[in-house]
Amino acid sequence: MTGLPVAEVSEAIATWERSGAIRRYKAVVDWDAVDEDPTSETVTAFIDVSLAPARGVGFDDMAARIARFDEVRSVHLVSGGHDLRCTVTGRTIRAVSDFVSQKLSTIDRVQATATHFVLKTYKRDGDSFTPPEQDHRLPVTP
Amino acid sequence: MKELNGVIAACPPSGIRRFFDIAAEMDDVISLGVGEPDFVTPWHVREAGIYALEHGYTTYTSNAGLPRLRELICADLASRYGATYEPDGECLVTTGVSEGLDLTLRVLLNPGDEVIVPEPCYVAYAPCVAFAGGIPVSVPTRWEDGFAVDADVVAAAIGPRTKAILIGSPANPTGAVQPRAALEALVRLAEQHDLYLVSDEIYSRLTYSSGHTCLGTLPGARERTVLLGGFSKAHAMTGWRVGWICAPAPVAELCVRVHQYTMLCAPHVSQLAAVEALSGPDDAVQVMIADYDRRRRVFVKGLREIGLDCPEPEGAFYAFPSIRSSGLDSETFAEQLLRTERVAVVPGSVFGPSGEGHVRCSYATALPLLEEALRRIDRFLRRSAGPR
Repeated sequence: MTGLPVAEVSEAIATWERSGAIRRYKAVVDWDAVDEDPTSETVTAFIDVSLAPARGVGFDDMAARIARFDEVRSVHLVSGGHDLRCTVTGRTIRAVSDFVSQKLSTIDRVQATATHFVLKTYKRDGDSFTPPEQDHRLPVTP
Repeated sequence: MKELNGVIAACPPSGIRRFFDIAAEMDDVISLGVGEPDFVTPWHVREAGIYALEHGYTTYTSNAGLPRLRELICADLASRYGATYEPDGECLVTTGVSEGLDLTLRVLLNPGDEVIVPEPCYVAYAPCVAFAGGIPVSVPTRWEDGFAVDADVVAAAIGPRTKAILIGSPANPTGAVQPRAALEALVRLAEQHDLYLVSDEIYSRLTYSSGHTCLGTLPGARERTVLLGGFSKAHAMTGWRVGWICAPAPVAELCVRVHQYTMLCAPHVSQLAAVEALSGPDDAVQVMIADYDRRRRVFVKGLREIGLDCPEPEGAFYAFPSIRSSGLDSETFAEQLLRTERVAVVPGSVFGPSGEGHVRCSYATALPLLEEALRRIDRFLRRSAGPR
């Protein structure tokens, strides 16, 4: 597909795996399509966090600290009204709320949080979760 | 009742239609018979069309088409191929290349003028010549030559009534790209015999290894060349119906004259979408081209592996394998393949006598479907090669 020999492509991938440029391989799952067991449901929330910066490290130490929680799926330093934008998942809305109120907002230098629960995912990381577009072509055309 | 138009009545219906009718009644058909992209028009272009409708751009435009669109078309030709055409006077927006071809032939031909049409070629070429009062004169090309047009064969067909040569490159149905030398030889012939050249370059951006030679840029060609192009293939905009003619002013002017009395203008909304196609990001087009190339390589390799000799298709999105090893003619091959394995291909014979012994397979189809089609064709070949 790339026009390169198979051996060359394998070698390039192996090199990137060794160097950590390729971290790991993941499945892209549409969780709304996996609905058999209601107890397996996952709740996702975007949480904006306002922090007090510290001399020498800015926000980096706090970002690293928050990222250590398993509940936290992503952490970005962002411009705008808040400092960090995090993605947090939990089994239930209650579990996510507890995480925010008990763990996140109680950390020193966390000044405020704003939680936005995800209601439906349409697109994530470039993958669309809406139905594919129909092929409207006639079966045989000139 | 009095007789209807004899020329039109004498023109047989397209051989493709019969296969459409059979395929339309079957389930689970993998169609390699589709002459259009399987991609939907890129979103930013569709969005421009929606915007145009929302804001009421539902009127006629000037006959020649939106000035902005003509500027973009000429600028694109200049930057891509070095072709120089004036947006005002040498460029006309048409309702697809189909209208462009019709206008061109009506403007070039007087009754009884002959047009040389190398075949196998797009199914509409010869009928359009006839509808314009001309006489199509087919000349063969050979798959052993990669369907390159042989100037000697063309020269032998030139007579006192010959007016033009009509050629499509990259070509439907063969996927062949005419080598520069073959086109240069045609230009020399045209100069010697004072012929027009009509160049259908609708697939110009879909070339994979050789690049595209724009006929209008060859030495001596510009003054006698009518260039036809459009948005249907590279921008996946078949249903919008937008194309263009670029030609020397005397030809372009008369094309506008026919267009203003027959079509008035290409659809306004489609023209605005085409403006976005040329002025917006080109990424989606490049992704589509790369995808066609990937499928092309997988599919052609697959055809060869199951024993079908396939000339390398260097453009468009068609493979034109030889099915002579099956012992069947192309019509029988295509019909039996459709009925027994539910794979629709188009018999090469519908594109001219030189297409006999081939079938046209469009690889504008998702890769997994192409792979399944190859498995089915393989099964079909094994069965027909078995005891009979």
